[in-house]
Amino acid sequence: MSSLLNIVKQGFGLGAVAVSGGVHPPDHKHESTTQAVGQLPLPHQLTLPLRQHVGNLPKVLVKVGDYVLKGQLLAEAEGNISAAIHAPSSGTITSIEDALIPHPSGLPDRCITIALDGKDEWIAHAPIDWRKLETEQDKSKLLEGLRSSGIVGLGGAAFPTQVKLRTNAKSSVDTLVLNAAECEPYITCDDMLMRERADQILKGLEIAQHLLGAKQCLIGIEDNKPEAAEAMRHACANSLLSKLVPLKVVVVPTQYPSGDARQLIRLLTGIEVPADKRSTDVGLQCFNVATVLALHRYFDFGEPSISRIVTITGNVQKPANYEVLFGTSVADLVQAGGGALADTDGYIMGGPMMGFNLPSVSVPITKASNCVIASAPNLFPSAPPAMPCIRCARCADVCPVSLQPQELYWFAKSSNLEKARDYNLFDCIECGCCTYACPSNIPLVQYYRFAKSEIIAQDRAKEAADLARERNEFRLMRIDREKQERAEKHAQKAAGAKAEAAKTEATSATEAPEDEAMAAKKAAIAAAIERAKAQKAAAAPQNVVDAIPSVQAEIAEIDARREAAKQSVTDAIATNEAQEEK
Amino acid sequence: MNRSPYLSSAPSVSVIMVKVMLALVPAIAAYVWVFGAGILAVLALASITALLCEALMLKLRDRPIKPFLMDGSALLTAWLLALSLPPLAPWWLVVVGTFFSIVIAKQLYGGLGYNPFNPAMVGYAVLLISFPMIMTHWPAPLELAEAKLSFANQLQYIFGTSDSFSLDAVSMATPLDYLKTQLTLHHTVQQVSLAPQFGMLGAKGGELVVAAYLLGGLYLLQQRLITWHLPMAFLSVLALMAGAFYLLDPAHFAHPLFHLFTGASIFGAFFIITDPVSGPTTPKGKLVFAAGIALLTYLIRVYGGYPDGVAFSVLLMNMCVPLIDAWTQPRVFGHVK
Repeated sequence: MSSLLNIVKQGFGLGAVAVSGGVHPPDHKHESTTQAVGQLPLPHQLTLPLRQHVGNLPKVLVKVGDYVLKGQLLAEAEGNISAAIHAPSSGTITSIEDALIPHPSGLPDRCITIALDGKDEWIAHAPIDWRKLETEQDKSKLLEGLRSSGIVGLGGAAFPTQVKLRTNAKSSVDTLVLNAAECEPYITCDDMLMRERADQILKGLEIAQHLLGAKQCLIGIEDNKPEAAEAMRHACANSLLSKLVPLKVVVVPTQYPSGDARQLIRLLTGIEVPADKRSTDVGLQCFNVATVLALHRYFDFGEPSISRIVTITGNVQKPANYEVLFGTSVADLVQAGGGALADTDGYIMGGPMMGFNLPSVSVPITKASNCVIASAPNLFPSAPPAMPCIRCARCADVCPVSLQPQELYWFAKSSNLEKARDYNLFDCIECGCCTYACPSNIPLVQYYRFAKSEIIAQDRAKEAADLARERNEFRLMRIDREKQERAEKHAQKAAGAKAEAAKTEATSATEAPEDEAMAAKKAAIAAAIERAKAQKAAAAPQNVVDAIPSVQAEIAEIDARREAAKQSVTDAIATNEAQEEK
Repeated sequence: MNRSPYLSSAPSVSVIMVKVMLALVPAIAAYVWVFGAGILAVLALASITALLCEALMLKLRDRPIKPFLMDGSALLTAWLLALSLPPLAPWWLVVVGTFFSIVIAKQLYGGLGYNPFNPAMVGYAVLLISFPMIMTHWPAPLELAEAKLSFANQLQYIFGTSDSFSLDAVSMATPLDYLKTQLTLHHTVQQVSLAPQFGMLGAKGGELVVAAYLLGGLYLLQQRLITWHLPMAFLSVLALMAGAFYLLDPAHFAHPLFHLFTGASIFGAFFIITDPVSGPTTPKGKLVFAAGIALLTYLIRVYGGYPDGVAFSVLLMNMCVPLIDAWTQPRVFGHVK
């Protein structure tokens, strides 16, 4: 209904319509936009987590003691979805071991630590000609090169960009959406980037458009960033890209979470990307502004992804934005922000709606870090104790994906995971709107995260069990087959011996033809009995009375497991049916 | 570590309950104006009983008492029940009704958020079935009453300390009740509505209370404490039903506006069927639920054994809520229905 409305509105050129659901938290963006993007002084040491992106861990190419130059490849992308890591400055590698990383789990992970020499000496690098794109080989060569650029989505998702630039016949991109919504409160890194480097963003956008072959580009900006929108409009008007394809800056109403890629796509184009498809399946691709700027730096200068703009705000003296080398500690950034005020009780990485508490200020800034907020009780008071759900459905009203959070909460709380899945738990984008709107202060998103991880764990366990069962079945089959083969051989031998015996008997008693007939009959019967025995032996593999006890026990165990597996499958089918009936 | 979102904008449950009670204040004032201050005693009695019952049950169930007493839900239930009762109700009636609402309908099912039935309507239904005589005898509005009762008289009646007057002397059949009995005596609606208890649209005096409920209801809408779905669907389906019957036979079926402005129609539309706990949560489900209540209410009013049918209809539709919710799940973003 609302999507129809959207399409109608689009059709009449009425522009963007509000997302369904969504909330309007106070945006607190002006605090950190008063001064230009600053440059942090070169730190003494950088700690680079290997896991800064979505996908496989990269393969480390250096060892402790190696001297590395700025921009040198430290770890290369491994597998399809992965991203390389480069040295953000020159220095010596002092350790490759587990250290605290900015992650909600608070657990340490593998990091490369570089002691900087302060020279900040670049490795040899050169622009890459991205315009030459006549053949498929040209393109795959460019994308292959991009694998070693280390560029990932800088909006916070940190998905390897080279993967998103791959297209094929099935998924060609018609519309390229540039995500500049920046809908989370407090965060202003994209805002400042657009104000100061709009021309460079447009150059990056041109590269993305060229690689994807997109036929139009839309830039979505929330209406609380008029300066950024103006800068982008100006840059668009002067850009080369505007002469190649239709290019439009669309100002959308400020409403969290309009910066979610699928939400923004619907806002700008009226197209709702099907839940089980990728946006490229319906001809759309979406990049963050900082990501395309990184493409520009890589292709036009040969510089890999080694730094980003990060907002330091909240309970600090001077909230602002800084260009920060990856691996710089959060403490250095806080220092640059004038230091935290006295009542600071922690640090949040990301925005207040989807961010997480940092385990320590010593953790490094990574590719996914867009903002650090010093928190204080007056900024983010701790939630009052949760009351029971009164089914007021405010959560459902604000859910941008039209889920029924109150039902999901009920299922998650009672560990009714199958039901939670049925009610589309996995469509939840964890934006936090439901919790924000809950009068009973129920930490709904936490329940969904819990339920999701439980379901994933169960699925994995089931997968493992299935695999084990398959292996076991194969093993049993093999044992059966071998036994059968043995029995057959045995039977053949026996039959051969009997036939031999019968033959001799027959020659010795030529004068008694009735006896001969009798003997032949006997031989046939004996052979039949042998065959039957062999068959029986093949059919009943557990009939191995003379096997050693340990083998017998193993066979019994295998049989029990098989029975149990069979039983569990029947049970599962039964419960499934029961649930379907429900 | 990850407890995002760190922000919250919602009014607490207590604030919501208090605002709903605030929305009831105009109606209470209208009650006092029309029927006298006796209603205040009934309200106070129901409130005290509800809080005591709630505290006792929380203690028995080993739940924290203070946060749940402070949430205001017990108090609101008490008010809703008290406003459903005749304005002059004997004290034991109020106590028994409140007991059933809080102890049986709410706490025994698990307390706030867990009751499948509207607690106030459970209490009301129990009283209506058990004591139909008292429950259908409403005192006449002061302007029509033969004997004007002072507040002291009303208190005496409520607390049963005086036998100086009987209920019959001050009571009068409500228009819905009167219409029903008179229609069975082969009078037409037009003849019946000439009786003194009929006002312009509904009951004389009662109309003022209804208008006050409407005012409170609009406040709830404005405060976004309720959505338009429930009252709109309920009132329009009730009007449609009444309109259809009225067009077929105006002599035997009352005007749709009469149905909207008498009985518990407006009160029910904004304050009773909007109970979130026992109602559906999906927008479409709300429409179905309210339409069902309206349908049943009209049928009970016209063909049933009771003058009004909101309470029974609400309870019957409460039973259907899980089904309604399951069948009216909205389309999820990116899914085809």
